Amino acid sequence: MSVRILVVDDEPDFIETMVKRFTFRKMPVTAASSGIAALKLLETDSFDVVIMDVRMPGKDGIETLKEIKKRYPLTEVIMLTGHASVESGMRGMSLGAYDYVLKPVDFDELLEKVHKAHERKLLNEGRKAPR
Amino acid sequence: MQQDDYQRLRLKIIATTLAFSFVPLLALGVTIYLKTESVYVSKVYGNLRTLVENKKNTIDLFLNERISQLTTLAFTESFDQLSDEKYLEKVFSFLQIHSKSFIDLQVIDQDGKTVSYCGPYRLQNVNYSQEPWFNMAMARGLYVSDVFLGFRKYPHFIIAVTRREGDRSWILRAAIDSDIFDSLVRSVHLGKSGDAFLMTSENVLQTKPRFDDTILEKIEFPRFAKFSGSRVEEFAVKGKTSLYAMAWLDYKDWLLVIKDDPREEFMPLYQARWLLIFILLGGTLLIIGGAVFISNSMVRQLVRSEREKASLDASLTQSSKMAALGKLAAGVAHEVNNPLAIIMEKAGWMRDLLSEEDIKGSPNFKEYEDAVQKIEFHVRRAKDVTHRLLGFARRMDPLRDDINVNILLDQTKSFLENEASFRNIEIMTDYDRGLPCITSDASQLQQVFLNILDNAIDAIDKDGVITVTTRHDKEAGAVVIAIADTGKGMPKEVAEKIFDPFFTTKKVGEGTGLGLTISYSIIEKLGGKIVLHSVEGKGTTFTITLPVS
Repeated sequence: MSVRILVVDDEPDFIETMVKRFTFRKMPVTAASSGIAALKLLETDSFDVVIMDVRMPGKDGIETLKEIKKRYPLTEVIMLTGHASVESGMRGMSLGAYDYVLKPVDFDELLEKVHKAHERKLLNEGRKAPR
Repeated sequence: MQQDDYQRLRLKIIATTLAFSFVPLLALGVTIYLKTESVYVSKVYGNLRTLVENKKNTIDLFLNERISQLTTLAFTESFDQLSDEKYLEKVFSFLQIHSKSFIDLQVIDQDGKTVSYCGPYRLQNVNYSQEPWFNMAMARGLYVSDVFLGFRKYPHFIIAVTRREGDRSWILRAAIDSDIFDSLVRSVHLGKSGDAFLMTSENVLQTKPRFDDTILEKIEFPRFAKFSGSRVEEFAVKGKTSLYAMAWLDYKDWLLVIKDDPREEFMPLYQARWLLIFILLGGTLLIIGGAVFISNSMVRQLVRSEREKASLDASLTQSSKMAALGKLAAGVAHEVNNPLAIIMEKAGWMRDLLSEEDIKGSPNFKEYEDAVQKIEFHVRRAKDVTHRLLGFARRMDPLRDDINVNILLDQTKSFLENEASFRNIEIMTDYDRGLPCITSDASQLQQVFLNILDNAIDAIDKDGVITVTTRHDKEAGAVVIAIADTGKGMPKEVAEKIFDPFFTTKKVGEGTGLGLTISYSIIEKLGGKIVLHSVEGKGTTFTITLPVS
C-alpha cells in the first residue's frame, strides 16, 4: 500500500532530492517549501505522513505542526531537525509529532520511520472508523 | 602584585605596628621612670636634710648646755669662792654628775695665770697669757675652741667664760672631751660607705671619720661660706662622687657633714632603671615578633586571596570563552547541517540510481559506488562533529538523581576494562567508603568519566596505571574525584587549551576535540568544577569537584 508523503523544507535542493528518492521507491510524494505552502496543500490533498523541517522562515516547523495536528489529527508528522537537541525533538513529539530525525538524514532510517508512522495512522483510522 | 610590593607592604605593616606600639611603650616607661626618679631623689635628699638638721640640733643643744652650765656657774659663784680648789672640786663633781664630758675645770685670772684647777692633769701653774684663745676669751667674754690636743695630748676642746667682777676679770675654763662628738655624730645610721664628721671653716676635722682621714687633719673639701639651715649636694671629693648633707652649727663655726654613697642610696632607683630597660627590651622584642607575625600572616593571606582571585578569573574567562564559543559553534553547526543534509541526500540519490540495472554494467560502476560510499561516510563524520558541537552548546536541564559516585565510577570503569587490559593498563581505585550520595545527572557524569578515562588510556598508550580516587571534602561540602594516569603528561601550553573546542592531540579522524569541551560544560552545568594538573613525562590528573547537595 502506498504512502502519500508531503516533504516540507525551505531548501529547494533538499526537497528536490527527497522527491526524487521517494519517487524512485514508487512512493507518491509532494513537496512544499514553507509551512504556509504545506497547510495550503493539506487543504486540497490528503497526506499520510508529513516530513517537516523544524527551522523554516515564516511559519516554523513547530507552529505548522500545531496547525496540522489541530486540523488533521490523523496525519502523522515526522520532524526533521538540524538541531541535535533532544529538546526540540521532544517538544515536537509532545505536540503530537510521530518522531524526529536528525539532519543530515539517513534515508533508510527515515524510510523506516515513515512506514511505522503510516502503520500508526492506519491503526488510528481503523479505531476511529465507524463500524 | 609583585614580590617586591609584598615585601614593601610587609615592611610598612611592621614599621607602623612598631611605631604605634613602641612609641607609647617607650614614652610611658620613660615618663614613669623620670617621675619616680625625681620623687625618689627628692625623698633621699629630704631624708639626708632631716638627718643633718637633727644631728646639728643635737650637737648645738649639747654645746648650748655646756656653755649654759659654765656661764651659770661663773656668774653665780665668785672668783674668791672658785679660787678655792676644794670648792672648785665640789662644783666640778657636781657638774660631772650631769655630764661626763667635762674633763676638768680651771679658774684663770686676768693675767693668764691659773688660779685653781680641778682635773686629771697637773695644770696648776700654767700661764695662758700668751695663748690666742686667752686673749679672745678676755675680749669676747665667751670662747669655744676648736678641737686640739693641747698639753694633754688628747683631743678635746675648751669652753671659756669671762666674768667681770668689779675691776677685775677672770675666766672659768672647762675642757670637754671631744669624743662625745664622735659618738654624737657617728650614731647616724649610714650605709657601707656613709660617714659623718664635724670640721672647722678651715676644713680641719673635729671628729674622727670612719675612713681614711684622722682627727685634726685638714681635709680636701670644698669651702662653704656660712649658710643657715641645711644643704644637700652631690659632688666629688678625691675623685669620688658622694652625696653630702651639710649644716653649720649655731654655737661654733663648725660644719657638720654627712656623707653618703649615692650608689647605695639610689640602688632601688638603679634597679628600677634596669628593670625598666629589661621590660622595654622584652616588650620591644615581643612587639617586633608580633609585628612580624601579623605582617607575615597578612601578606600570606593577601597572596592567597590574590591567587584565589587569579584562579577565579581564569575559570571565569574559561567559562565565558566556553559560552561564546558554544553560541558560535551552535550557529555554525546548524548552518552546516543543512548543506550536509543535501549532500547526504544527493549521495543517497546517486546510490539509488547506481542500483539500476543498466548502470551496473558501466565500466566505472565500481568507482562511482566507492565515491558515493566515501561521500556518505565523510558526511556522517561531519554530522558526528556537528551533532557533538550542538550537544556542547545546547541548553539542557540536567536530571537530578541521587548518585553514589563510587558505583557510577565502577560501572564506567567496567566499560573500559577490556581495552585497558588489552593494553596492559591497570585501573586502580581508591574510594572513600564514606562518600555521601550526590544529586546529579548520572548519564552525563558517566559521559564525563568515560571521556576522561578514555583519554587517560590514550595518554598511557601501553603499560601503565590509572588511579581513580574519591574523597569527601566536608569543608567545601563536595565530592572530589581524581583520575590520574601515568601517561606522557602534557606541556603547559597544551594544558591551557585542553578544554577548548576542537583542540585535540589525536590524529585526524581519531578525535573531534570536543570530548573535554563537552565534559567541561557538563560539569559546570552540574555546578561542579574540573581542574587539570599535568607534569610532562609524569602523567596527568583530572580533578572533578561536585557539590554534595
